[in-house]
Amino acid sequence: MLAFFEQYPIISALIALTSLSLVFGAVLGFASVKFKVEGNPLVDQVDEILPQTQCGQCGYPGCRPYAQAIVNDGDQINKCPPGGQTTINALADLLDVEAPSLDEEHGEESDVKTVAFIREEDCIGCTKCIQACPVDAILGAAKHMHTVIASECTGCDLCVEPCPVDCIDMLPVEKGLKDWSWELPQPANIIATDKKPHSENAA
Amino acid sequence: MRKIWDIHGGVHPPENKIQSNQKPIGVMPLPDWVSLPLNQHVGAPARPLVKVGDHVKTAQLIADAEGFVSAPVHASLSGKVVAIENRPIPHASGMQAPCIVIESDGEDTWTELQPCENYMDLQAEILLEKVRSAGIAGLGGAGFPTAVKLQPDANKKIDTLILNGTECEPYITADDVLMREQANDIIAGAQLMAKLLDNPRILIGVEDNKPEAIKALTDAAQNTAIEIISFPTKYPSGGEKQLIQILTGKEVKSGTLPSEIGIVLQNVGTAVAAFQAIKDGIPLIERVTTVVGRSLQIQRNVHVRLGTPIQHLLSQHGFDENNCARIIIGGPMMGYTVDSISVPVIKTTNCVLVPSEDEMPTPPPTQPCIRCGHCADACPANLLPQQLYWYSQAQDFEKLQAHHLMDCIECGACSYVCPSAIPLVQYYRASKGAIRQQQIDKQKSDRARLRFEAHKERVEKAEAEKEAKRAARKKAAEEARKKIDLTKSQPAEKSDTAKLDPVAAAMAKAANTKADPADEKAKIERNLESARNRLARFNHQLNDARNENDEARAGKLEPKIKQTELKISELENKLAQMAKT
Amino acid sequence: MSFLRASSPHAHSALTTARVMQWVLLATLPGLAALTVFFGIGSLINIALACIFALLFEAAVLKLRKRNALIYLRDCSALVTAVLLGLALPPYCPWWVVMLGVFFAIVVAKHLFGGLGYNPFNPAMVGYVALLISFPVEMTQWAAPSTLSNASASFPPIVESLTHVFSHDTLDGYTAATPLEVLKLREGLTLDTLYTNEAIFNQARWAGVGWEWVNIGFLIGGIFLLYKRVFTWHAPVAMLATLTLCSFLFYDAGGSQSAGSPLFHLLSGGTMLGAFFILTDPVSSAVSNKGRLIFGGLAGVIIFVIRVWGIYPDAIAFAVLLMNFAAPFIDYYTVPRTYGHNRAHRVTKIKE
Repeated sequence: MLAFFEQYPIISALIALTSLSLVFGAVLGFASVKFKVEGNPLVDQVDEILPQTQCGQCGYPGCRPYAQAIVNDGDQINKCPPGGQTTINALADLLDVEAPSLDEEHGEESDVKTVAFIREEDCIGCTKCIQACPVDAILGAAKHMHTVIASECTGCDLCVEPCPVDCIDMLPVEKGLKDWSWELPQPANIIATDKKPHSENAA
Repeated sequence: MRKIWDIHGGVHPPENKIQSNQKPIGVMPLPDWVSLPLNQHVGAPARPLVKVGDHVKTAQLIADAEGFVSAPVHASLSGKVVAIENRPIPHASGMQAPCIVIESDGEDTWTELQPCENYMDLQAEILLEKVRSAGIAGLGGAGFPTAVKLQPDANKKIDTLILNGTECEPYITADDVLMREQANDIIAGAQLMAKLLDNPRILIGVEDNKPEAIKALTDAAQNTAIEIISFPTKYPSGGEKQLIQILTGKEVKSGTLPSEIGIVLQNVGTAVAAFQAIKDGIPLIERVTTVVGRSLQIQRNVHVRLGTPIQHLLSQHGFDENNCARIIIGGPMMGYTVDSISVPVIKTTNCVLVPSEDEMPTPPPTQPCIRCGHCADACPANLLPQQLYWYSQAQDFEKLQAHHLMDCIECGACSYVCPSAIPLVQYYRASKGAIRQQQIDKQKSDRARLRFEAHKERVEKAEAEKEAKRAARKKAAEEARKKIDLTKSQPAEKSDTAKLDPVAAAMAKAANTKADPADEKAKIERNLESARNRLARFNHQLNDARNENDEARAGKLEPKIKQTELKISELENKLAQMAKT
Repeated sequence: MSFLRASSPHAHSALTTARVMQWVLLATLPGLAALTVFFGIGSLINIALACIFALLFEAAVLKLRKRNALIYLRDCSALVTAVLLGLALPPYCPWWVVMLGVFFAIVVAKHLFGGLGYNPFNPAMVGYVALLISFPVEMTQWAAPSTLSNASASFPPIVESLTHVFSHDTLDGYTAATPLEVLKLREGLTLDTLYTNEAIFNQARWAGVGWEWVNIGFLIGGIFLLYKRVFTWHAPVAMLATLTLCSFLFYDAGGSQSAGSPLFHLLSGGTMLGAFFILTDPVSSAVSNKGRLIFGGLAGVIIFVIRVWGIYPDAIAFAVLLMNFAAPFIDYYTVPRTYGHNRAHRVTKIKE
């Protein structure tokens, strides 16, 4: 066989390359079948990062549709106010793109988390807010008192609009002793115009 | 077992112990009122058992432990309960927490105690219950409920009990003088604790800068198997993990407790408190505290009733407010500042340090990190503080956890040696808080996702059922109509069929009726009307918000207004289209 | 009265950045003395010029960056960079060479990356390499050691030195090849023959007239800094050890193919300056002690490789810069084992 190869170099080269491509093609084909991943895992990863408030401020009915839009339709990643800049940065990291600042059209990021609170003396028991809540955090039934389960409320304020008597307030969540932690110190190399007065320097 | 190991790193700050360890432990007059926080320990706050207006006696139980990891609180004075409300507490945040405030009646009447002479004959469970109900918590500064620590999991065999007499922080000498004066009580306490832990070997670790204490302990432990081990002075040898490493060479696995490797560590003060609780029946109402700092005229150790306001404590020692740089609870390396002198002394207050301005000048301004590595050389946990600092500034939580930020014991050795005076520990504390908050947020968002999925499923199921019902109704209507057509050819029985199936007839009629354009138009007009009403209401609210300068509310209303306007234009378009066709 | 709120610790050791920098400056004195004794005041002029330019450039850049120049100049880091660059440059090189070198070092390599503590590359070496590549003629004219030239004109007198530095004359009659250059260009002579023939070697004790004492001077300075715990022993010792090992392996018993004896490599060129002053620059080196061992070790290998098989006679600057590139990567893989963990973890593995 070696003699054959020596005698007909061109044909041998052809044979060698063809067999290599067949082998590698077979390996790739096998791998594409054996290791196939169902669905698009990227959508799940984007959904993991989004804060799950289901508020719709991004324009989509929930966080998962927004995740799908980002991955499949290439939508902008800066539409989520509850997630804020942290979420935008995390998405930018994941998708390897630039991290823009929050698109103000969709709302503003606020530091204070809020939960809904129903003023029971005004509630008429119409269940409109119950239907509106995306995480079923409102307890109640027709013609019965409605109340918000504060620990499950995500603060999306979708319930405020449907209420015909306007009895839902968005109250800030109070931070207690257990949530307290130190803040990052002032950065070292600050521009002279940013410098705070001396007495606060040590804090 | 004489062999000792060394910890990685460590620093040697000036000891400053001589100001307060030359005198015996003093006593001082009782304060006029005490404020006892319900949470002076690690775990859930205690539940008050008294109410405002009640009279209580000294050592009376006034709040009971809530749950397993908790400790009860006892009255440290006799008098009247004047308040159970939020009061200043000694905490770095300066926030307040619920306290029971007792106004002294000047008598110091004690409640009836239950001493026990031959306590060593009692069963371990009974002794443990006595320790628990006496409210004993770790007096070294951590405040872990002692009864919980002395009750490790059933499957963990404890082979070593270590008593911590190290007191490595500068200025603090409370344990030093306690060891000198009450060495016998410490030994008895150690033996008591050993009984509760099924008799492990007992070691007492003391730094070599306390020769008198070592002698006192050695004398007291003469006829026992307790070993007193002294080792070279270095900060932070007194940390739980560090002391274990020095005395046994073992390391506590990250994220676990020392009981995992068969070791329980207690402060010497805790041992005395436990002993007194059982032998004399005295619950934890008093502790030894070092009062030190050059803004005082007298610096010493003193027995203090818990709940004593710092103001009373300091005024008894000639405090000069104007010369004081800051008030530190604890030592200069790990103590926290408080900004008010009305905070009380609690179970974990081992020292009140009030340095003068020249004793503790304002730190120099922070300069950039030059990555000199002195901090890494000093870190007892063998971390890389300079990398932690870099990632903490960048808020890169993943890298911080990869560098084991959570293993930092916040001892301050790194900040101490930093040539650029960077407040490293504050960065780590902030980042740890942010990471914890992020984990909590993640849990919350995962729950929200689950609930949303469940909500979606429920709604879809309801829709599907409605659809099914509608389809079934339509089918029934179709059949009824067929039947009616059939009966049409038999006029005689018309009325009968009509009577038989009035419902079916009605349904057939309804099914036959197509949507009346006029009805559609009326529906759209109704929607338009309500949308316009909504818009007017929003605009009204927006005006209010603008008048009150409430930018946040205005910002929220604007997108809603936009949405409503879109809806209105959509409806108007539909109407226009209908008008055309 | 409201009291100050601050995070612990509340005590601080007396060590400051400025103090560390001052010790480094102090430690350069023995080597500087040797340079002056053997090569004249050329190095002193270089250092003086470099310091002046460094302070000027640093102040100008700080003003541009709107920082408080007075505070940031006081940490002496610009002076240290200037001194190290001044020591590395050939004595009597023109003033504009010094100025450009300092410009590259302070403005480009240090401040354009963020200032003190943010530069990924050693600023002095960046300046040196920029000059070496741009002005090879000026950068390879080394003065002859005083004892070699005739006794009456041992080295240029002061006035002439200054004239030379500030004008455009070349320094003929005073230049000579360095020992490393001589070794490189010996064309197949054995070491013994080389040593007996060349004046620069036969008047020396170990490794070349003048240069051996300069290196010993920097070695003394380095030991002083180790004693003062300004840096740890890992990087310098690793570099010297690997350099010795490599030259030992390729010593070839001093034959014609020999790469030079270990002692020669240790005491010639910028070896000691590089080991104790350049390699130990904390900002651009590896972070953990294990990392510093690798950092120093590989630097030693690269120095040897370039010296023997590269075109440049000395290679400290290139080796250090190449290792500066690698330092972050080394850091990922040499995190020390934290208390309570079984083994050291790679930081590339982000926790799940």
